[in-house]
Amino acid sequence: MMRLFLVLALVWFVALPPSANAVLRPDELLEDPELEARARALGKELRCVVCQNQSIDDSNADLAQDFRRIVRERVLAGDSDAEIRQYMVDRYGEFVLLKPPVTAGTIVLWAGPFAVLLLGAGIAVTTMRHRQAAEAADLSPEERERLARLLDEPEARETPR
Amino acid sequence: MRRLLFIVPAIVFLVIAGFLAIGLTRDPAELPSALRDRPAPDFALPPLPGRDEEGFARAHLGGEPMLVNVFASWCVPCRIEHPLINRLAEDGVVVHGLNYKDEAAAARAWLDELGDNFTRVGHDLDGQAGIEWGVYGVPETYVVDADGRIVHRHVGPLRPEDVEQEIRPILESLQR
Repeated sequence: MMRLFLVLALVWFVALPPSANAVLRPDELLEDPELEARARALGKELRCVVCQNQSIDDSNADLAQDFRRIVRERVLAGDSDAEIRQYMVDRYGEFVLLKPPVTAGTIVLWAGPFAVLLLGAGIAVTTMRHRQAAEAADLSPEERERLARLLDEPEARETPR
Repeated sequence: MRRLLFIVPAIVFLVIAGFLAIGLTRDPAELPSALRDRPAPDFALPPLPGRDEEGFARAHLGGEPMLVNVFASWCVPCRIEHPLINRLAEDGVVVHGLNYKDEAAAARAWLDELGDNFTRVGHDLDGQAGIEWGVYGVPETYVVDADGRIVHRHVGPLRPEDVEQEIRPILESLQR
């Protein structure tokens, strides 16, 4: 019983999504739920440059809080999502976007995995074709004769172990 | 040709190892400034109360190469680098201070204690000007050229070798 409880507690703990609300203070939030939802969505895309691998919504660093404030100010001022992203990129570089945009510099990053996958698939297909071709090769007349002989002789079937 | 195929994994390994080896020598916390080679951002800061009458704004940049040092009294590494900043100013370099998210009294006391050779000090209480500059870690030191463009940014405390090998050579190249 105790064990079951522990397992359930563990499952609950692991399954619990990391909540951004733990970081956001109530007084930071916008009153309009629609605008707040936009600010939240943007906050998940923007990197906290101090903690680097957290979004500004996940981080309670001072700078992340400033970023959240700015995102909300911009949202209230009527900026589009793209304009807000650009505002941050202008000041902090593309690094501030957690999802790098597709540009000449990042194309390797985006296309690389697919290129490797294609390469692997190509290698797999050619090796399999080779193997099949080798297996499907017909027996020569001598081999056929030997096979027939082996199948006919019961002792030849049993001796080799 | 087929026999040489066994080398392929070794080559792949070397390429990846090479990339990773280069990656190890880089500091991921040090980001290049997005504003590099661009005009310094527009900002206008009030003066540090009790120190000056006038503040520090975009209009004060340019005319000659200069430094902008982002500092705060709560920032321990700033304390370490400050003597180097003072030395640069003594040597005739114009150094402006951007006092980042600091209390005026604490900042004044800090400057009284460690020496104050800043030409101008702007009081950036809410950190908005810092964001315009792309500040993410205090201290930061920017080199601005005579046209008011950001030429270089150093993140973190300046060490003597940073001043000698980085800041001074850049300033000298701008003097010419």
